[in-house]
Amino acid sequence: MNEKSHVIAAIVEHKPGVLYSVANMFRRRNFNIESIAVGPTEQSDLARMTITVNGDERTIEQVIKQLNKLIDVIKVSRLDPSNIVSREMALVKITAPGAKIRTDVINYANIFRARVVDVSPESLMVEITGDANKIDAFIASMKPFGVKEVARTGITALSRGVKSVKIEE
Amino acid sequence: MTKMSGAQAIVEALKRQKVEVIFGIVGGAVLPLYDVLYETPEIRHIMARHEQCAAHAADGYARASGRPGVCMATSGPGATNLVTGIANAYMDSAPIVAFTGQVNAFAVNSSYMIGRDAFQEADIIGITTPVTKCNFQPKRASEIPKTLKQAFHIATTGRPGPVLVDLPKNAQTETAEMKFRDSVRIRGYKPKIDPHPFQVKKAVELLLKSERPIILAGGGVIISNASPELLTIAELLMAPVTTPLMGKGCFPENHPLSLGNIGMHGTSASTKLILEADVLLAVGTRFSDRTTGKLDEFCPDAKIIHIDIDSAEIGKNVGVDVPIVADAKKTLTAIYQSLTSKLQKGKSSQWAKRVREVKEQARDEMSGGEKDLKPPRLMKELRKILPNDAIVATEVGQNQMWAALYFMSYKPRTFISSGGLGTMGFGFPASIGAKVACPDTPVVDIAGDGSFRMTEQELACSVIEKIPVTVIVLNNSVLGMVAQWQRLFYGRRYSAVDLGNVPDFAKLAKAYGAEGTRVGSLKEFSKAVKKAIKSEVTTVIDVPIGYEENVFPMIPAGAGLKGMIESEEEL
Ligand SMILES: Cc1ncc(C[n+]2csc(CCOP(=O)(O)OP(=O)(O)O)c2C)c(N)n1
Repeated sequence: MNEKSHVIAAIVEHKPGVLYSVANMFRRRNFNIESIAVGPTEQSDLARMTITVNGDERTIEQVIKQLNKLIDVIKVSRLDPSNIVSREMALVKITAPGAKIRTDVINYANIFRARVVDVSPESLMVEITGDANKIDAFIASMKPFGVKEVARTGITALSRGVKSVKIEE
Repeated sequence: MTKMSGAQAIVEALKRQKVEVIFGIVGGAVLPLYDVLYETPEIRHIMARHEQCAAHAADGYARASGRPGVCMATSGPGATNLVTGIANAYMDSAPIVAFTGQVNAFAVNSSYMIGRDAFQEADIIGITTPVTKCNFQPKRASEIPKTLKQAFHIATTGRPGPVLVDLPKNAQTETAEMKFRDSVRIRGYKPKIDPHPFQVKKAVELLLKSERPIILAGGGVIISNASPELLTIAELLMAPVTTPLMGKGCFPENHPLSLGNIGMHGTSASTKLILEADVLLAVGTRFSDRTTGKLDEFCPDAKIIHIDIDSAEIGKNVGVDVPIVADAKKTLTAIYQSLTSKLQKGKSSQWAKRVREVKEQARDEMSGGEKDLKPPRLMKELRKILPNDAIVATEVGQNQMWAALYFMSYKPRTFISSGGLGTMGFGFPASIGAKVACPDTPVVDIAGDGSFRMTEQELACSVIEKIPVTVIVLNNSVLGMVAQWQRLFYGRRYSAVDLGNVPDFAKLAKAYGAEGTRVGSLKEFSKAVKKAIKSEVTTVIDVPIGYEENVFPMIPAGAGLKGMIESEEEL
């Protein structure tokens, strides 16, 4: 069957142990998390998890049902990839000893609309935001210079328009 | 609002839940709680001799009564000893609430607290997350009333299951203003009870068109008390009923439409007829591998209607045509109401004839030899002796499959067995729990010698607490089911299965103050059982059987239903 990347948004109780039980469910059921981004929401007692999962249709259906089954998971939605804004942020540390190399890196960063956020005699740090493909492409283009370290947040996403994954009290 | 300690609040909450009995073992981290229990005669505490058995007993109590079973253990090893029992309850959807002690969540007088590896600290929340429906760790006493209300609510509603409440010592000792509420609201938990009318309509249409309907009735039918509804639908449709292990008893097995057990050790009638069916009505069952065998050979030609309260079970193992996420009783009622008005009688007479025919053929096989002390014979003899409502528990292995195949169950909640986890040692402590729930009903554990040895120390519990049950040890001096596999699939290379002839089970029973007897004939067996079920004290009946008995029919692991064999020669 065709495996695809799917984006799932889960609204969960904002309390200790919830991330553990979600991650544990994925491990136990043999599902693979590609990325997971967690943060508080506009309601202080709720957190939002944006999870990307690779799998066929049947797997994704099971993932959603199993997530829904967890007591601390309040609402699960599958986001339609053609109708969302999804972003990931990455910090990339690049080996950049001489002035020539620095200029090259900065030029690339500009093309990708990324920003240099730290400079040292030996390296540059670049902050880049975008969808996962853009970040992959940027990192690939930095490879020849020497990528020292990468920190990526994982995808976070919202669907377009007025629709929302909200909990009605 | 009343001011009380956390421990008092726990006991108050238990009383409000109408808990009458707790199975447990005390220890340092639950001392405050046990100190309150000391002055609470309304709640009976039954000391198990191993925490695993406390959990199994709570499980047996729950399955026999339909009420939540409660078990309790101290922190660390007490808590980890519970785990097998909790995992067992989880697999079989039994509502138990397990309480464990825990080291302080907050430093009290600078003593050690959670996370610093204090004496007898175990991360029981982490350990039990994958085997509980939910678990809680109230860190403050004031959280206790709400936590317990939620724990019992979650354990007993929807698809039931075990819930664990880990009780840091400070939450037991602190005092707080306690507010006990009758209502409970959990925003992430709303089991769907009522079936969708459109899905019911689709199911009814399929059933009306069906010429060869069959019903697969699982443990969910028992849990939702849907046996009467199941019976009326089966009779209306003239649909035969087959049960996986967990469903045994939900349909009277002496009914002409009963096919008995299905699966790896299903009756040949079940296996044959399910392959011929054109519509399968599956209720409260999860299509486990032990039930279906190889999936692409399971009901290839049938349309499947699947009713389950747990939406995650739908489509998990088997693709279905009409999914219905709802309570079994409600759904069967809705289906019945719609069916009765539409069905013309006598439509499925062809199928009814076929069902009779296949059952007739299977009769011989079901006689299982009339010789003395052959397990099938023993099971039938036992059925003759026991009243209809007697409760039979089993251990795991051949004993369990002989019981499933040859001991007919007539009523829901009268057959208690470890289906999902297959836990040797479950049956005896579960019998104790069942007997506590139903003190006036005879309770019999059908055991293998290997399994009984795993929890036999509970003889002490049953004797001291005056909970008389009957244990029938089908004693083949071998880990029989494993030996059967080695015999059939590993060229008789008997690796690590011989148990020897120890102990003398009759003497062992007597050493605990129980009754013990060894029987040598069918007559002696009957006599011993008749005496045992009337006895005031637990009785162990040691029944020597052959070392190389097989359980048949059998569907070898990895094979499909068509691969059923009925003797060693067929391999
Ligand atoms: C706790 C546990 N350990 C191991 C097994 C694997 N196992 C399944 S059946 C069986 C043999 C059971 O022997 P016995 O209780 O004597 O019953 P019999 O099959 O002889 O009736 C074993 C070892 C198990 N199911 N449970």
